[in-house]
Amino acid sequence: MPSAFILVPFFLLIILNLPFKFLKGESAFWLFAALLLAQLFLSALCPLDTPGARPDPLAPFFAFGLSIDSLSRLLLFSIAIVVFTSLSVSRYSIKGQTQRFNFINLVLIMLIGMNATVIVTDLFSLYLFIEVTAVASFILISIEKEKFAIEGAFKYLFLSAIATVFMLSSIALFLLLSGNTSFAAIAGTFKNSADNFLLKLATGLFLCALFIKSGIFPFHGWLPDAHSSCPTPVSVLLSGIAVKACGIYVLVRLAISVFILSIDAKNVLMFIGACSIVFGALACLTQSNFKRLLAYSTISQLGYIVLALGCFTPLALTGALFHLFNHAVFKSLLFVNAGAVEKQAGTIDMDKMGGLAKQMPFTATTSAIASLSAAGLPPLSGFWSKLIIILALWNSGRIFYAGVALLSSVLTLAYLLSLQRKVFFGRLEDSLKYIREAPLVIVFPEVLLAIITVAAGLGFAFMLRWF
Amino acid sequence: MTVRLIRSIVGLALTSVALSALMYRLGSPLAAVFELSVCAGLMSVIFITTVSFTARVSKERLSVRRRERFMKFWYLPFLVIASGLLLSRYLRIPQFKIPAPSGAQDVRNVLWNLRHVDLFGQIVMLLAGAFGVVVLFKEPKE
Repeated sequence: MPSAFILVPFFLLIILNLPFKFLKGESAFWLFAALLLAQLFLSALCPLDTPGARPDPLAPFFAFGLSIDSLSRLLLFSIAIVVFTSLSVSRYSIKGQTQRFNFINLVLIMLIGMNATVIVTDLFSLYLFIEVTAVASFILISIEKEKFAIEGAFKYLFLSAIATVFMLSSIALFLLLSGNTSFAAIAGTFKNSADNFLLKLATGLFLCALFIKSGIFPFHGWLPDAHSSCPTPVSVLLSGIAVKACGIYVLVRLAISVFILSIDAKNVLMFIGACSIVFGALACLTQSNFKRLLAYSTISQLGYIVLALGCFTPLALTGALFHLFNHAVFKSLLFVNAGAVEKQAGTIDMDKMGGLAKQMPFTATTSAIASLSAAGLPPLSGFWSKLIIILALWNSGRIFYAGVALLSSVLTLAYLLSLQRKVFFGRLEDSLKYIREAPLVIVFPEVLLAIITVAAGLGFAFMLRWF
Repeated sequence: MTVRLIRSIVGLALTSVALSALMYRLGSPLAAVFELSVCAGLMSVIFITTVSFTARVSKERLSVRRRERFMKFWYLPFLVIASGLLLSRYLRIPQFKIPAPSGAQDVRNVLWNLRHVDLFGQIVMLLAGAFGVVVLFKEPKE
């Protein structure tokens, strides 16, 4: 069963590129959409790899050594939702059948990379599929060959190359010490010799690499440029899931299952998380570009997850993972809203907008839901995840960090309310009087994501129990 | 610019050759052969082919760029040497024992029997590269 999550998209990629014209048009879209729906249901219902579980039926043919646990399942579910959203938005944002077909191919590769990242059990394989996702990302960012997008892709490429050097050096050290790069072998080495200098060095290098991949402060230099200058469906993919699957998820996985982090390492994680929250929120207050504001908001919200990871109590980890899911949903929704506004209004500058709520009611309403969830207002999903994180910090005696998280939520509310006021409320500009609501291919994912945001908030207890 | 790029590519190829020699000396001849044929050979051919499509830069513009680069970064070699001297004087690297390597495994056995998922990943990476070339460099039909 785990192999299916990487083999089925691979075979679809091969099939779509066979020399048959009918596969290049609408068929490609619907086949990919069907695949993502299948992933959505399978990830929610597939059995976990527990002792006594049925073996992977493809194991005799493909000895991949993959494993699905509750953490992988949550990520597979989130990946399916966000990639489906991106695919739907691409029909509106990306012009030309050939360009859309190229987009589908690259997103399929990215899907293989992200799915494999969350289900492999070997550190080198993890690195390889992180790179597969990154390469697909570089190309997707610059798919329309616009100047700022190519600049953003180049910045991402450059910093990603530094992360690659750190990762490979770290893997080499782990191989030297453990004789193997599997999670089990490295975890065994940590149990036997946690004070080894080389082990600490390897851990530090890998964590730095993951901070770069996640776009956490102060390694965030590439994120605002890359996420704001690319087409909307690509922004949805990058901010919505790619930084989480290839950065934050890997951080959580290694911290929980492989590394044994010292008290100092956890304190560093908390400090960096807190700095990321505050820096991202303050940077948002000065932005006039809709997408750039959302990119800085991503930096801030990911800081909550890293802060909770540093706390490392069961309640904090629960909050971190729930916030990971919530952020994937509400950030994707906000980027879809930004894309709809950009296309309909012809600008992404919030200072040139205003009063769009009447002209674009669905976009305005769903944007308000996403903003309130991001700010942590009840009963939306973001409220519960932030509450759990703050309570976990308070219960473990980290009062200062709990205060930072709480006050930063006020900052989050401030910049998102400012965004709502500038874009959707206030006086309607004369030049914008004739714009209409975005078409159904945009409204449908907006409404779907808003429903998920509300449902996850109202049914959060069910979410926590299931995943 | 073209001459300088080709110098960079030749430098990369020479580095790959040195790395191949190192791998051979460390007892991994297959890895050395891969490094030599793919990195020093095939990659250099691909790079030089790509560079041959770029436009030449005039000598005057080249010399202006060299001067600008020198003015911006002249202090870097001194900074690196000074940092190295300071670090070697004051930083004490703790003594650590590197464990002896476990029994040598044949590269072919590791590659074909133990690392299936990595082989799959390599194929996907190649496909990503191929799509990248098509998407970024192919001219759209009129």
